Amino acid sequence: MNIRISILTKLICIALVFGLIPTRVLAAENSADEQITFVRLTSDQYRNAIRDIFGESIQVSGNAASTGVREAGLMAVGGRRLTLSAAEVETYEVLALDIASQVLSPSRRATLIPCQPRDESAADNTCASTFIESVGLHLFRRPLSKPEIETYAAMAATATESLGDFYAGLQSALVGMMVAPDFLFRIERSVSNPEQPGMRRLDAWSRASRLSFFLWDTTPNPALLEAARNGDLLFEDGLIQQVDQMMGSARIEDGLRAFFADMLAFDRFDTLDIDTNLFPKFTKNVEDEAREQTLRTISHHLLNNNADYRDLFDSRETFLTPALAALYGVPIPIRQELGGRVPWVAYTYPEDHVRVGLLGQATFLSLFSHPGASSPTLRGKAVREHLLCQTIPPPPGDVDFSLVRDGNHPDLKTVRDRLTQHRENPTCAGCHMLMDPIGLALEIFDASGVYRTMENGETIDTSGQWAGQEYVDVRELATLLKDDPTLTSCLIQRAYNYGTAREPSRAEVQWLNATHTQLRDEGVHWRELMQRISKNPDFYTVPEAATN
Amino acid sequence: MTSKNRKFNRRSLLRGAIHGSAVVMGLPVLEYFLNENGTAYADGVELPPCFGSWFFGLGLTPGRWEPTITGAGYELPEHIAALNPVREKLNIFSGLQIFLDGKVNQNHISGAQGQMTGIVTRSAADYDESFDAIIDQQFGANVRFRTLEVACDGNAASGWTARGKNGKTPCQISPLELYRRIYGEGFIDPNQAEFTPDPEVMVRHSVLSAVTEQRQQLMNSVSADDRSRLDEYFTSLRDVEQKLAFELERPAPLPACTIPDIQDEEIGTMVAQVQNTHKQFSTLLAHALACGQTRIFHVTLGNAFSTLRLPGEPSAYHALTHEEPIDPDLGYQPKCKVLGEQCMGFFLDLLTAMDGIQEGDGTLLDRSLVYAFTDHGEARLHSMKNLPVFTAGSAGGRLKTGIHINAEGDAATRVGFTVQKALGVVTDRWGSESNEVSTPFSEVLA
Repeated sequence: MNIRISILTKLICIALVFGLIPTRVLAAENSADEQITFVRLTSDQYRNAIRDIFGESIQVSGNAASTGVREAGLMAVGGRRLTLSAAEVETYEVLALDIASQVLSPSRRATLIPCQPRDESAADNTCASTFIESVGLHLFRRPLSKPEIETYAAMAATATESLGDFYAGLQSALVGMMVAPDFLFRIERSVSNPEQPGMRRLDAWSRASRLSFFLWDTTPNPALLEAARNGDLLFEDGLIQQVDQMMGSARIEDGLRAFFADMLAFDRFDTLDIDTNLFPKFTKNVEDEAREQTLRTISHHLLNNNADYRDLFDSRETFLTPALAALYGVPIPIRQELGGRVPWVAYTYPEDHVRVGLLGQATFLSLFSHPGASSPTLRGKAVREHLLCQTIPPPPGDVDFSLVRDGNHPDLKTVRDRLTQHRENPTCAGCHMLMDPIGLALEIFDASGVYRTMENGETIDTSGQWAGQEYVDVRELATLLKDDPTLTSCLIQRAYNYGTAREPSRAEVQWLNATHTQLRDEGVHWRELMQRISKNPDFYTVPEAATN
Repeated sequence: MTSKNRKFNRRSLLRGAIHGSAVVMGLPVLEYFLNENGTAYADGVELPPCFGSWFFGLGLTPGRWEPTITGAGYELPEHIAALNPVREKLNIFSGLQIFLDGKVNQNHISGAQGQMTGIVTRSAADYDESFDAIIDQQFGANVRFRTLEVACDGNAASGWTARGKNGKTPCQISPLELYRRIYGEGFIDPNQAEFTPDPEVMVRHSVLSAVTEQRQQLMNSVSADDRSRLDEYFTSLRDVEQKLAFELERPAPLPACTIPDIQDEEIGTMVAQVQNTHKQFSTLLAHALACGQTRIFHVTLGNAFSTLRLPGEPSAYHALTHEEPIDPDLGYQPKCKVLGEQCMGFFLDLLTAMDGIQEGDGTLLDRSLVYAFTDHGEARLHSMKNLPVFTAGSAGGRLKTGIHINAEGDAATRVGFTVQKALGVVTDRWGSESNEVSTPFSEVLA
């Protein structure tokens, strides 16, 4: 790996490594050149950060941030466009009050506060500053400057004076830090890079954050912060060491889950409204379990089995609950568990079973359906856009879908018949040819994911063509899909963009193409992909932006 | 209530009320706050106007909602007959359109975007400041909540308001949550005799003030785009700071203010669920206005691709507009027409809730101005022409009502511009490209 850094930066880095210059000085020295950009934390990242900073016993009661917007196929990229509304800040302030009161409760003070005040009813600037400096490092993911420590210590002193309680004062300072942009946004500080005009290099602290939220979906842990402090993250060896350590942690599953929830559009669960009158098995519990089934299957496949991403699409292995088994019409042993836990059971579909891979799961099938009916078009569009990174243009203004949804048509009894007729319109044909064949192969699953064979008395025809090759059902489609290079190039591109929260530069596109070529031959394994991205120096860059 | 009507200074009120000793201030209800009718302050300054925007997706059935005559004295056609109880307090605008100026029609987005922001963008991801934010600046800050935004379909992203260029403002989707937000911790009944400023709120306020003061440190190093985003975050932070400041002041008595009851909620997209959610929001928002908690609200029935559904109907409203055949005998899409009429019924629920709050000789609706808009003239064709637009209420006499205007193809932004003029915004034009307007509908300006 070749990390390209300027001589000045190299000199400063060497000094940093030997402890000659505190890393914050680096930013101060370059303050004229420093540029800041930021990405809003997701609700999950906020929760994970609180858990990792203050411990799992701290309750985070509620969400503050809205879901956000999808851009370039990812909510993560959209996060770079987001700010916070007044209602969201208001909720964050209330959440911070609640969390701070838990952190500073008498039972936790001994473990979470590194000092004791001289007098609990009076301000103690030394103790307050110690706490602020200590917790601030983790909340802001960088050391606080002296003026910042003084600001928050003054906040604590003022509140202590008003309320007559040192810990109430400390609580106020903690709330102040938790509503500051430095916590609610992932702030990225960068300096210019003469060797790569147009792209700026992140400082060590920002590298730690980018890496941690990418791999673990949470704030940097102490080891990573230490690696940032001593400059290790600016060097190849140090970076590799940190990445390798992080890849060995169980937290890697959190990162994987967060990525796939984004890529597979799980935000649609927020507004999913499958009609339980029409699909009585699709209860709220089943919806939640379907979501978990998909993440559990992906995690097991990619992490536990270290299997190839492509095999997710025709894999027969999954996990089921009794309710999901009932939805899918397969028998699994019913097991009682204490404490109301959902009894997940590993399950392998029989060889001749038609339900295979991610496309056969209720998550995909329901998320891309209408509330009361399946939709070959929505499903086909989802495969194109979310799995293959393709873009389907919006329909024309005067689209007339009445024929397609006319289930009582005397001649066109199946949706395939009606979509075929719809495609007679040349304006519609172009896009529907891309979407419908995929979705029609999935028509054997209704909007809730239940298997069916007939439509209006006609046997459902699931055959079609993929890239010029014939398939008879969804199993054969899955085999063709997994062999399509677009499937893997899309994953690699999305994973990279997810980590950087932006679209790639031209140089990065070349790197992505080369990586794709290699991994297609060697196997598209999640851990390998994460390592390659995390060790790529360009991953720790941001584009130059106009300041005026 | 504007700042000039506030007689108490926060510092003078709080002096001596901190240090943990909550001083109960047994202040009498100060009669000089309001006149005998409760419609104006005793010094002659009337209760300030309120503004609400209300969105219903997918328009109405063309040719069946427009009154046959223009001007006053119209009859409401059957399609909008639900609004008859408030007919005299309405204005109806037909013949309006949003111009695309060669841009691709972002179906179900461009029309509403153009009406709320005055700008149609090339990408649906770009969204500019909506005109309620301009009105907010005109109104000033002295309310607890600068704005309240709600969505009735469970989708927080359904709204059409934005404070800047950094995305739309998320909506609240739960009436129970809104109830807690307004009437929970921090709410002070303006009619209660005693007032005790909470020292903890004072501390919270000072904390947010201190965080806000750090703004400049970050601003120096951000790019132009990020500066706008950061600025909007700090504006939000200031809003919360001002909310807390509001809670530290003794509010002026407001005789019309009562705390409503709240029922169980069931959020969903079936007509009955949306109706119930909307009714609850209507009640809460009307009372919030009457209690001086806010002066601006936004209600959206649902997102641009309306998911409203009839019982037993597998397709949602949006899908129906493209799937339901035009009945050859009736000449329209029957289910779509029914759903459009349901929406008008929902609108009546909001207006009734506001009109049911008496403030002296008038009602809260009389003091307010509600702007109702939609995304398409004919959703089946994604038409941007003949958009149905309504206003309700006279903003305290600033707007004439009971008038039907046929705009004959004018930009729909003229209505938003007229609303801004009525509410005192000083500007000579609004909108961009062909949607830029400089002439309000003077027929309705008082």
